[in-house]
Amino acid sequence: MTDEPDAILRMENITKIYPNGIMANKGVNFSIAAGEIHGLVGENGAGKTTLMQILFGLNHPEEGKILLEGKEITIANPNAAIAHGIGMVHQHFMLVPSLSVAENLVLGVEPRKGVSLDLPEAIRTTEALSKKFNLKVDPRSAIRDLPVGTKQKVEILKALHRGARILILDEPTAVLTPQETDELFDELKLLKDQGNTIIFISHKLNEIKALCDRVTVMRAGKSQGVFAVADVTEQDISRLMVGRDVILRVEKSVAKPKKPVLKVQDLMVVNRFRKKAVDDISFTVRQGEILGIAGVEGNGQRELVEALTGLGLYASGDISIGGKDIKKLSIRGIRDLGTSHIPEDRMTYGCAADLSIEMNLLSYTHDHPEYNKNYFLMDINAINEVSNKLVEEYRILCSSPQQEVRRLSGGNIQKVVVAREFSSNPKLIISDQPTRGIDVGATEFIRKRLVTLRDEGCAVLLVSADLNEVMELSDSLIVMYGGKITAYIEDASSISEEALGLYMLGLESQGPEEIRRVCHD
Amino acid sequence: MSAFFDIIFSSHFGYSVLRVSTPILFAALGALISDKAGVINIALEGIMLISALTGVIFSAITGSAFFGLFMAVLFGGLVGLSLGYFSLNLKTNVILAAVAINLIAIGGTVFILYLVAGDKGISSSLASKVLPKINIPLLQNIPGIGPIFSGHNVLTYLAFLSVLFIWFFLYKTPLGLRIRAVGENEHAADSVGISVVKTRYIALTISGILAGFGGAYMSMGYVSWFSRDMVAGRGFIALAAEAMGGATPIGCMLTSLLFGFFDALANSLQLLKIPYEFVSMLPYVATVVGLVIYTIRKTEKIRRIQEKAAEGGNA
Ligand SMILES: Nc1ncnc2c1ncn2[C@@H]1O[C@H](COP(=O)(O)OP(=O)(O)O)[C@@H](O)[C@H]1O
Ligand SMILES: [Mg+2]
Repeated sequence: MTDEPDAILRMENITKIYPNGIMANKGVNFSIAAGEIHGLVGENGAGKTTLMQILFGLNHPEEGKILLEGKEITIANPNAAIAHGIGMVHQHFMLVPSLSVAENLVLGVEPRKGVSLDLPEAIRTTEALSKKFNLKVDPRSAIRDLPVGTKQKVEILKALHRGARILILDEPTAVLTPQETDELFDELKLLKDQGNTIIFISHKLNEIKALCDRVTVMRAGKSQGVFAVADVTEQDISRLMVGRDVILRVEKSVAKPKKPVLKVQDLMVVNRFRKKAVDDISFTVRQGEILGIAGVEGNGQRELVEALTGLGLYASGDISIGGKDIKKLSIRGIRDLGTSHIPEDRMTYGCAADLSIEMNLLSYTHDHPEYNKNYFLMDINAINEVSNKLVEEYRILCSSPQQEVRRLSGGNIQKVVVAREFSSNPKLIISDQPTRGIDVGATEFIRKRLVTLRDEGCAVLLVSADLNEVMELSDSLIVMYGGKITAYIEDASSISEEALGLYMLGLESQGPEEIRRVCHD
Repeated sequence: MSAFFDIIFSSHFGYSVLRVSTPILFAALGALISDKAGVINIALEGIMLISALTGVIFSAITGSAFFGLFMAVLFGGLVGLSLGYFSLNLKTNVILAAVAINLIAIGGTVFILYLVAGDKGISSSLASKVLPKINIPLLQNIPGIGPIFSGHNVLTYLAFLSVLFIWFFLYKTPLGLRIRAVGENEHAADSVGISVVKTRYIALTISGILAGFGGAYMSMGYVSWFSRDMVAGRGFIALAAEAMGGATPIGCMLTSLLFGFFDALANSLQLLKIPYEFVSMLPYVATVVGLVIYTIRKTEKIRRIQEKAAEGGNA
């Protein structure tokens, strides 16, 4: 452990107990030095967000104190934090979608001209800030039209505009593509060079290695110590995080694919901007194989998944699951064919956040006879039994199955989704970014489960922006670029990251015959 | 049939469209402001009723139509504020609180009317005043057009000017920006130190004030008395108008005119030999049909885009 005398900010002995009795922070000591990028890592639910919310005035600790430049301060609310020069970019963006970048930037501190809002001044401010910190944004475009990476830049600019010198970023890379992540890192390094201090929360140890000067590791609400990043390996950190060695490799046998389950023929999907998002693609996924879709986000993966699951419409082509055409089927109808879906956006499509774990686990099977006594009454005992079983089997960390899903950490929310989707006897699993933004332990768990289901004869379609994941977990791969399939790699382990990159960026493409091989009968 | 078209294409009909659109437009703008702040104000109906009675009573007491208007608007604002108090401070469900206000308004106005005027139906024993009509110089002399646009109640002109005011307020002022931010993502507003509660209070108060104008118009312009239930669902029609108008000031104006058209039609058709009950149903049927068409169009839009693309249109 190290402890510099020049700590700009120090949190001492912080203890936070939520009203529901969860002790999210237990006597945590945390200190950062001026001008460093300080990593904060820990499994989901370790208490990182809680600790930072205390620093930003969104949460109040039961015990402990905060010292800024040696002087004790109290942070009653975000305004107080901002006044002390502390800014936070939240895990979920705090932006108003229909307003422009400039309007979002000045919201709450609007420049005025007479009675009206001085929009030209707001635009000038945005441009000046954008230039100063090299965060490229167009002040006039509406937030809802921007990709996540740009939204994040707006959030960072917002904090800087309000005078933040200490910037907290809560899992900023969870929503970014690899390219956007690289860009963010360059921007953060520039901010550091300009004298700002940054607290960077992440699950990805390679990111901590690449970006941070020091790192504080948390486990189960306690600090495991602070280390100079140069002195520790990724394995060291991950051991401290989870208390055991995590095998980040996926262990699996060679796939033995059988009959096709999902058949997609000449599919075309048009998005709301009238662009062809999925442009005439065909492929099949067979029993007992994991077919991965690699590609930079925004190349039609989302629209494809929406068409396959019934969440979105498609313009032309045929999709069949287990030999049945799904064009006229409802979402329920598609699910009844044995389709499971792990959606990309777990809070919107994956769960009902205000309901209990139990209710979420039952949201597909609620009308099955085994959970109903008769036409009117549900069988509470049967429900309790199955939800207790699933909570245990999927190691969902919670106080009880009656706990609200919203209160869980990201990894545990995803486990609720996965438990429901995997336990309904699926024939086809459409798995969209299954481990995005969740901790190493949960990631490993979900990946293993997918392999097990594959071995039991499930067909798995895996969409992931995490290159490591899609290469490690898939048996075969297709690459999507600009709504088309640019390559089919029969043996996913045979291709290098570099070669895949060329297909992903559309610099190379296989011939139509080669791509056709992904269609099996 | 020709009698029908004679009615529609007369200047008199055009005039009456504007006349009957006025209260709907005020209330629709009130619905707009609160909707933008993320609260649905279904108390517009009750507020209009309360303000209509307030205007009559105070203009009768003081002999001043404008003082009556002032009090009507003040009461409208106060009721809006109290809706804010119930829903924002006491955390009652805003819909239920508004339903309560509507019910209180129905019974309360009759009660007060009886105390003040000694009648449970109409205020004709009170010497209440009406707001003046305005003839617009030059315009009033243009044949065909003059009779449509000139000679309206002062509040009719104010209603249409309000469209502009509200547009400016919502889209060009800092407070308008904050109202829109609070309505769309309250956490975002909160995180930059904007008080969500305060902003919603302001929006509900303005909403009440606008409904207050609408109410005052009913009893001191549209007619010159107060009668029980005289608002007759206009506050609810206004909510439909606001939704169909795409939650924009101009949209609100156009849909209010549309409902005004059917309202005026109902009034005019009574001259023909069509049963009164059938005719007076028209504005409400128009509301339902309008909402259905609006929703269908919205969902069909996406489908059409898909189908067009399928037909090989280049995308
Ligand atoms: N608002 C809340 N109320 C109750 N418990 C909460 C709340 N927020 C988080 N928790 C719980 O506190 C623990 C720490 O959560 P959090 O700080 O979000 O962890 P991390 O950010 O490291 O994933 C978790 O067990 C979580 O379920
Ligand atoms: Mg967190």
